[in-house]
Amino acid sequence: MDVNTTSKKLLSLICLFAGLILFIGALILDFSGSKVSFRGAMLVLGIILVLAGMFFFPSLKHHRTMVNIIFLFPLLFTFAVTVIIPLILGIGYSFTDWNGIKLKNVVGFANYAKMFTQPSFIWSILITFLFVVFNMILVNLVGFLLALLCTTKIKGLGFFRASYFLPNLIGGIVLGYIWQFIFSNVVTKFTTSLFDYRYSMISETNTAFMAIIIVYVWQYAGYIMLIYITGLNTVPRDVLEAAAIDGANAREVLFNIKIPMIASTFTICTFLTLTSAFKQFDVNLALTNGTGSVDGFLGDNYLTNGTEMIALNIYSTAVNKNNYALAEAKAVLFFIILATVSILQVRISNKKEVEM
Amino acid sequence: MNRKPKTSTTVIQTIIAIIIAIYVLFPFFLVVINSFKNTESITKDPIGFTGMSFSQFTSNLTDVINNTHFLFWSAFGSSAIITVLSLVLLAVFGGMAAWVICRNHTVWSRVIYFIFIASMIIPFQVVMLPLISTFRDVGKFIGIQMLQSIPGLVFAYCGFGGAMTVFILTGFIKGIPYELEEAAGIDGCAPEGVFFRIIFPLLKPVITTVTILNGMWIWNDYLLPSMMLGQNGKVKTLPVAVQAFVGSYVKQWNLILAAALLAIIPMIIVFLIGQKQIVQGMVDGAIK
Repeated sequence: MDVNTTSKKLLSLICLFAGLILFIGALILDFSGSKVSFRGAMLVLGIILVLAGMFFFPSLKHHRTMVNIIFLFPLLFTFAVTVIIPLILGIGYSFTDWNGIKLKNVVGFANYAKMFTQPSFIWSILITFLFVVFNMILVNLVGFLLALLCTTKIKGLGFFRASYFLPNLIGGIVLGYIWQFIFSNVVTKFTTSLFDYRYSMISETNTAFMAIIIVYVWQYAGYIMLIYITGLNTVPRDVLEAAAIDGANAREVLFNIKIPMIASTFTICTFLTLTSAFKQFDVNLALTNGTGSVDGFLGDNYLTNGTEMIALNIYSTAVNKNNYALAEAKAVLFFIILATVSILQVRISNKKEVEM
Repeated sequence: MNRKPKTSTTVIQTIIAIIIAIYVLFPFFLVVINSFKNTESITKDPIGFTGMSFSQFTSNLTDVINNTHFLFWSAFGSSAIITVLSLVLLAVFGGMAAWVICRNHTVWSRVIYFIFIASMIIPFQVVMLPLISTFRDVGKFIGIQMLQSIPGLVFAYCGFGGAMTVFILTGFIKGIPYELEEAAGIDGCAPEGVFFRIIFPLLKPVITTVTILNGMWIWNDYLLPSMMLGQNGKVKTLPVAVQAFVGSYVKQWNLILAAALLAIIPMIIVFLIGQKQIVQGMVDGAIK
């Protein structure tokens, strides 16, 4: 035991010492502007050695604390570098004239003021809200009806569930292009022969907006359906049997028993559809890329971003128009909207659930 | 008490279910049949079987696979490496962090947990732009390339997936009796041994859930890799490659749909193998 402790102590000290030297050496190289290629590896190795030294440090009292720190470190470090630091920086950048690389002046609320003078951005906010409302209703309705269908006694339920869920497996970019093909080649054939309407649905703002909703419901309803199925399966069988004995018909069972009993599932599903519809980006990019003309919006502004939702608007402001600070301000507003709406939604649902 | 005869209801329900299934699966059907055609037959007849030929299919596929913007095998390989590495690291690091957060009743653990939960509402757009500049600067400073590299992307996924992973895992660890750990401690097991030998094996079902949720997200994610790797970088994930490919080939539908087919197939194979677990994981993840 004694030998063991001494050897551990030695190992710990060697690790700590070597780690610190590597770490400090790498930092000196970094600060002196050296371009040696192994300095990155040195830094990483140094950090790992320091952690190992802490781990072997022979003290029963502190061992638990050391393990705690070492266990938390990897995830907290990546989390801080990818989420917390960029979030703080981002909020700060939104008050400056940052161009993605450097910033020169602090401009206060100028970016926030500027984005509200852009009719195209106001349009984006409006259609995003419209999209969210349509989606929440349609996805939940379709998902719930599918769930009712998939909890009946028909044959091949497994196949139906799997196929309804299938679109949800595939990423929005690929789906967007597949549907772009369908709308511009297949649907156009039908509309030409039926109504003599030759234009593709995605070439006009109103129909393109509908197209995005169709694709989104098609993609997302299967997932929501699965959650409703799980909810419906938690309704106790004896309650349903009692209702049947009392002579309740299918409609009464649905509205008076099933729906009130799965109120919490409704909360989960509205929350999921709400946040995912707000963040909707991939399908929007691949299907229409935000195009679509709008005439006479807010006076007589002519817009070309008829189907551009907030997420895509932020992206194109930064990437296509190179206006990083403005995009960041829009993103902060987006964050505030999202946070407010989600908190409100959870509050309201909780209240409703209690009342039920 | 006017019960309808049972068979007719079931028949109607089955018919409705079949019609919906046809509608849902129709786009996939179109992708498959049109990958067997050339551009002219697609414009002429996008829903019929006319103009399909196997030689056209192989030529479409070879065109797509060898295309310099797409490079299927390289994109597929990067996507696979990034997804697998991120999932393994998230499971291990997430489990470690969740265990520490769960078993320490200090102010610190509560603060860390709260920050993780609160961060889940942050939309990616807010952190996206500063993230790129931070990664660029940090990469230049310490001499490890963070942008346009697989390790950088794995690092970012560990950061972004951490919150949800910790959230789901802590919920599960709370349910594991603490007596188990105490007993192991009395028997002389060190804390790290307690975690890796006792707790981690017990986490298997919930790690499956987390892995499925994160896996679906990472494999299909477009915005993060497109920002970090760039449209024309050396490394591309599958969604980025599809986007780059379509951007370079306007309306060559036979090639675009063949590319879509290639991008879809891996996911469908995985789904067919682990259908039960995937469905269960998706539902559990949403409910928790």
